[in-house]
Amino acid sequence: MKRLSTEQLLSINKFSVDDEAKHIILDRQICGRCESKPCRFACPAGLYSIKDGEISFDPVGCLECGTCRVVCSHPGAITWQYPRGGFGVIYRYG
Amino acid sequence: MAAEKFTTIIIGAGPAGSTAAYLLAKAGLDVLLIERGESPGSKNMFGGRMYSFALNRIIPNFWEEAPLERPVVRETVTMIAGDKSISLTFQEDNWATPPYHSFTLLRAEFDAWLASKAEEAGAMLACNIRVDDVLLENGRVVGVRAGDDELLADVVIAADGANSLITEKAGLRPRLSPRQVATGVKQVIELPAETISQRFQLTGNNGAAHLFVGSCTRGIQGGGFLYTNKNSVSLGLVINAAELQRYPYQISELLEDFKAQPFIAPLIEGGRVAEYSAHLVPEAGLHMMPRLVGNGILVVGDAAGFVLNLGYLVRGMDLAIGSGEAAAQAVMEAKARHDFSQRGLSVYQDILKKSFVWRDLDFYHQVPHFLENQRLYRLYPQLATGIAAEMFTVSDAPPVHLLGKIMAQIKKYQISLTQLASDAWKGGRVL
Ligand SMILES: Cc1cc2nc3c(=O)[nH]c(=O)nc-3n(C[C@H](O)[C@H](O)[C@H](O)COP(=O)(O)OP(=O)(O)OC[C@H]3O[C@@H](n4cnc5c(N)ncnc54)[C@H](O)[C@@H]3O)c2cc1C
Ligand code: SF4
Ligand code: SF4
Repeated sequence: MKRLSTEQLLSINKFSVDDEAKHIILDRQICGRCESKPCRFACPAGLYSIKDGEISFDPVGCLECGTCRVVCSHPGAITWQYPRGGFGVIYRYG
Repeated sequence: MAAEKFTTIIIGAGPAGSTAAYLLAKAGLDVLLIERGESPGSKNMFGGRMYSFALNRIIPNFWEEAPLERPVVRETVTMIAGDKSISLTFQEDNWATPPYHSFTLLRAEFDAWLASKAEEAGAMLACNIRVDDVLLENGRVVGVRAGDDELLADVVIAADGANSLITEKAGLRPRLSPRQVATGVKQVIELPAETISQRFQLTGNNGAAHLFVGSCTRGIQGGGFLYTNKNSVSLGLVINAAELQRYPYQISELLEDFKAQPFIAPLIEGGRVAEYSAHLVPEAGLHMMPRLVGNGILVVGDAAGFVLNLGYLVRGMDLAIGSGEAAAQAVMEAKARHDFSQRGLSVYQDILKKSFVWRDLDFYHQVPHFLENQRLYRLYPQLATGIAAEMFTVSDAPPVHLLGKIMAQIKKYQISLTQLASDAWKGGRVL
């Protein structure tokens, strides 16, 4: 089978995107002090990246697993909620 | 706006929540089952197989109506080291006849079905609603808040899964630590049913379950899984979150690497990826248990950490169903005594302790610690495949007795014999 990028994998999934509310919010200042930034690698959807030396996060494509919340060791850096009812990933198989 | 009051509000329509809702509704109690997904199961994923006995007690012969994939007749465990692997396979064809030992299944369909059973029994199911918090009155949980809505209940059951925000908000446990959980990722790969049966040497609709350990996770704590469904295979990896915190490995890339390995690639060749999913798995068992009973609240299933990973098998669905059953019984007893206080509800723990859920979690309580042993994920797969390679390789080199081959490998990987003996002894004792 052909190798698939994480973006390609996410594009196969069904999502109901919430344009009004973000369910995960980062505190840029706290993230700025975080050296290892484990969220970059641990997120199975690859939604955390570095842009212009700062952490950049896009909630679209989130699989709602909670890994980022668990691996982040800086209290207060991540405000994490599940998406509003009915929004977010919709697994058709699971 | 506060209006209606329920006897029980259950947060989360996974197997734990739906089982509790089903039993309570059947006993005539008014139950509200709240699910944040557009339908039950639409937020859920797992590896792939449910052991039947727990649900069969609640809904006898459930296989006659539940959406299931294949009854599992073959179990395989494989150790991988690079391009070498060694497997142990066990087959039991009786498992394809009632009372079917276990089934592979897909959660979107299965969870929706189980919740519909609760609805049929009289529970009220409300989807598309995210519970934001519990409502407190004088330190007692009296209901839930969802957006601007407040809903009241005599007792709330937190059945909201591994990443349970509700137990945290209700003050029943601190935040999860990375050691306590693993991240699981999976791809559902579609293939024609006959192709699956042929490739896995299965008769008819029989199924296979396959677990992997070793270089599929680059030797860090975790493993791989493959389950055959009717028209797809569920292929994935589970890696401890502390390891994901420590190593710069992207788990989605590791899964792509795994798919390309020589013993996986031919099995999924020509398949089409239909979905990519991720979820947390509780790993620490009783060691991560929250307070199970609060004033007006009970905790069940993954929210309570009720998962058993023995390395060669994984159980969570049956424990979720069993704890949902225990919670339902506890609520009925509390109702009969008109006492939903912490004391009235504490009967939940007594019931649970007499159930298979507690018995089994307690029996294997040392396993999570044992599985933190890094040698299991790199060294021992190398050793086992190394010995096998020596056994099966024929060349013009002079022959060596098996014991000599084993000792040579032990020396090669610089394993101390006492270490090996102690690990084997511990494994044998705790598993
Ligand atoms: C990768 C992986 C592989 C696994 N493999 C197996 C296996 O092969 N066999 C096995 O038996 N077990 C397996 N498990 C474990 C099994 O999936 C769980 O033990 C089981 O799903 C637990 O059921 P539950 O009802 O407690 O929680 P869940 O199934 O997680 O259900 C929780 C429900 O609550 C809802 N919810 C959460 N928060 C809210 C909120 N605030 N408001 C409203 N609704 C909410 C969710 O949407 C969800 O529907 C695996 C798990 C994973 C992740
Ligand atoms: S989210 Fe947490 S882990 Fe990621 S950069 Fe910010 S502080 Fe670091
Ligand atoms: S919840 Fe999971 S998928 Fe979503 S951003 Fe966090 S780690 Fe990534």
